[in-house]
Amino acid sequence: MRTRLLLGILAVAALHAQVTVIKNATIMTEGAKGTMKGSILVRDGKIAEIGDVMVPEGATVIDANGQWVIPGIIDCHTHIAVDGNMNESSVSVSSMVNVKDVINPEDISIYRALAGGVTVGNVLHGSANSIGGQTVVIKMRWGQDADGLIFQGAKPGLKFALGENPKRSGNPQPGSNGPLRYPATRMGVEDTIREALNQAVAYKAEWDKYDAAVQAGQHPLPPRKDLKLEALKEVLEGKRYVHAHCYRADEILMLLRIADDYHFKIRTLQHVMEGYKVAKEIVASGAGASTFSDWFGYKMEVFDAIPYNAAIMHDKGVLVSLNSDSENGELMGRLNTEAAKAIKYGGLSREDALAMVTINPAKQLGVDDRVGSIEVGKDADIVIYDKDPLSEFAKVQKVLIDGHKYFDRDQDISGRKAMEAEKEKLLEMEKQDQPPARRGGAQ
Amino acid sequence: MIKKLLSALFLFAAIAAAQPEPTAVAIRNAKIVTVSGPVIANGTVVLRDGLIESVGENVSPPADAMVIDGEGLTVYPGLIDALSTWGIPAAPPAGRGGTAAPPEPHSWGPEDRPATTSWIKAADLIQPNDRRFESAREAGFTTAAVFPTRGIFGGQGSLIDLGGPKIADMVVVPSLGQYIAMHTMPPGAGFPVALMGVIAYVRQIYLDADYYTMLKAAYDRDPRGMKRPEYDRALEGVLESKRILLPANRWVEVERMVRFGAELKQPTILYGMREGFDARSVDHLKGKNTPVLVSLKWPEPPRDADPDDVDTLQVLEDRAKAPTAPAVLQQAGIPFAFYSDGIDQTRDLDRAVKKAIDNGLSRDAAVRALTLSAAEIYGVADRLGSIEKGKIANLVVTRGEIFDDRTKVEMVFIDGIKHTPAPPAAGRGRVATENRK
Repeated sequence: MRTRLLLGILAVAALHAQVTVIKNATIMTEGAKGTMKGSILVRDGKIAEIGDVMVPEGATVIDANGQWVIPGIIDCHTHIAVDGNMNESSVSVSSMVNVKDVINPEDISIYRALAGGVTVGNVLHGSANSIGGQTVVIKMRWGQDADGLIFQGAKPGLKFALGENPKRSGNPQPGSNGPLRYPATRMGVEDTIREALNQAVAYKAEWDKYDAAVQAGQHPLPPRKDLKLEALKEVLEGKRYVHAHCYRADEILMLLRIADDYHFKIRTLQHVMEGYKVAKEIVASGAGASTFSDWFGYKMEVFDAIPYNAAIMHDKGVLVSLNSDSENGELMGRLNTEAAKAIKYGGLSREDALAMVTINPAKQLGVDDRVGSIEVGKDADIVIYDKDPLSEFAKVQKVLIDGHKYFDRDQDISGRKAMEAEKEKLLEMEKQDQPPARRGGAQ
Repeated sequence: MIKKLLSALFLFAAIAAAQPEPTAVAIRNAKIVTVSGPVIANGTVVLRDGLIESVGENVSPPADAMVIDGEGLTVYPGLIDALSTWGIPAAPPAGRGGTAAPPEPHSWGPEDRPATTSWIKAADLIQPNDRRFESAREAGFTTAAVFPTRGIFGGQGSLIDLGGPKIADMVVVPSLGQYIAMHTMPPGAGFPVALMGVIAYVRQIYLDADYYTMLKAAYDRDPRGMKRPEYDRALEGVLESKRILLPANRWVEVERMVRFGAELKQPTILYGMREGFDARSVDHLKGKNTPVLVSLKWPEPPRDADPDDVDTLQVLEDRAKAPTAPAVLQQAGIPFAFYSDGIDQTRDLDRAVKKAIDNGLSRDAAVRALTLSAAEIYGVADRLGSIEKGKIANLVVTRGEIFDDRTKVEMVFIDGIKHTPAPPAAGRGRVATENRK
């Protein structure tokens, strides 16, 4: 009886704890309601009400008077939280490897990203291979285990890469002693992708034939399961997105032709620095574009990059996002100001600019029914800034994911002392554990 | 002086040869820590033909037995190193010497079976005269689960008794399971160079092994009209292995490898466990039927480190708390055993176990982890790990409680044969010096 009573009390407490109200903020919803003043009611991890909200009894109230609220920032291209090498660069087609297998929930980059308002990241394999590895979408639920970071329900992807990076290993490099890898040219990159897809088509045919025979009540021997071709088969079946690293207009068109030939869609063109030259073709293909704000000239194939790329593609009707390509979470933590640059370069509206790091990448990742804007029914992934989030003076105050607070600036600052003290204590302990210094020389 | 030298040499020879003993030995008047049952404060244990013939308070030594008076002595089951490389010759030094193994062929993917020697068995590599056996015996070890540990699929471990002199006398179980490491290829050697590549490779191997089994069965049922399955020694080796050992030091790796072992549908043992103290490690192990092997090589600050480099809080915490892992695992009821992880000096082994005891593990639990728990983890508790009638006669006899600073291992019995430790290291050192003169 007493236990049951206790459980009852706990259950009620838990119920109350699951309701949060963010009061009196300026909200850039990035949804139908535009930018507005008001409150947000969060219940059971979802956004329940927006506007004039009655505060239910027992709700956690966050007073955001004078502060700004935006949907959690989404980075469509990041390399954080990967244990080990992010490139299985030994082979040109490495679709058997999966970033999901090596997610490291302790990577401090997750926390850096979170502290910059990022709640969702598309964690990609590197760009060393024509066809890279399988990718995974995570939420920055700092403190949870690897499984707890995975954005359940988000479609997995596969990385493709064109241009200088995948062909580099085909050319002699200082310090490398292994045999050279095919391809060494852009033509070879195209051939490598087509050859892999040819194999995948044959593999899929084998399995389709087998599945049909089983359906017909026969008992044939199944084909061998090949993890490399399995991922490509999923691409052909539309079960896996392709995120393709690319720079130049010619190679962008080349890839779109490949996709046409093999009847699949490129989900996102990544970097896509010359996208502004072929925006019409990109729109026609249905691919999204995820680019940098204003990077240029860091290698030969980036010499035609312009900071107006995002705005021009946007104006032509391409679904555009801005990404960090971050390995350490540094730029990832400043995506709000990366978005703001699209106002300076190209004159986008405030909402359209912010959309490039919120609802647009959500659409590109196929998770816009869940995240990307502040709308009733969506996941309560919410960032609170002290100032206008499109200003470089704005600081993230709090970040909620699924209604839970994962970052709090005040708590972070006040907790630093305790961590320093803990470190000092451990260092001191270690010093005392050390054996006394050896006496030198003869005794 | 010469006399001293001669007697020392004689003692040496005696240990090396372990001359034949009478077939029966009885230790009486000793404290007997059976591990499987209550401690016998004053009892007798009788060994015959390599087995424990009887043990108890009221057992009297048989007439033909060599009787050892156990007054002041404590008898434990022989200690087991649950993951060892003792006896396996070190890799020939790489470099210009010309003796190094030829470089592995370049690997272009899983089909090239990179860094794989799943078919080799430790029992076929072990050199019975390995000097490490002697120092291990002096620390009370009578048994080791020795594994080939090179590459990704290192090979199959063998459970061996550390007696000798022939390997045939030593092997208890020839194949214990497969040693797997998250080993990436050196630069330029090919696939895999990333951790995720290693995982993909291991996953593909187990898919291939299933497929291979199915093809072979189909061929055996009716070979006519069917192309015979291509022989694959890598898969043969994997299929011979009844369990796998996967590495996990950080709690993140515990989560990853517990899940991976379940995905591969293999009975799994994790080894390493530097962060076994972390509640998250324990959470991921609870109820998973995944025993763990805790490395006795506790993390230490790097030697000659730049004094300006201060380690992160996490690294400091790992070093401070790693030795508490055994106590935490014990509390949580996670089955665990210890392994030497490259430690092969008697004193270092003693100290390493002692450190776990100093960090909260009870002496009884330490003894159990080094005996019966290790035997249970490898499914050999019916023959090893405790002092019970019918089990293999592996014992360690100490004066004082084991893993105590003042305690001395008086003798060990391996398959019923008595081995007496050499005199203290200092004495040996002097002999060696005088010899040179």
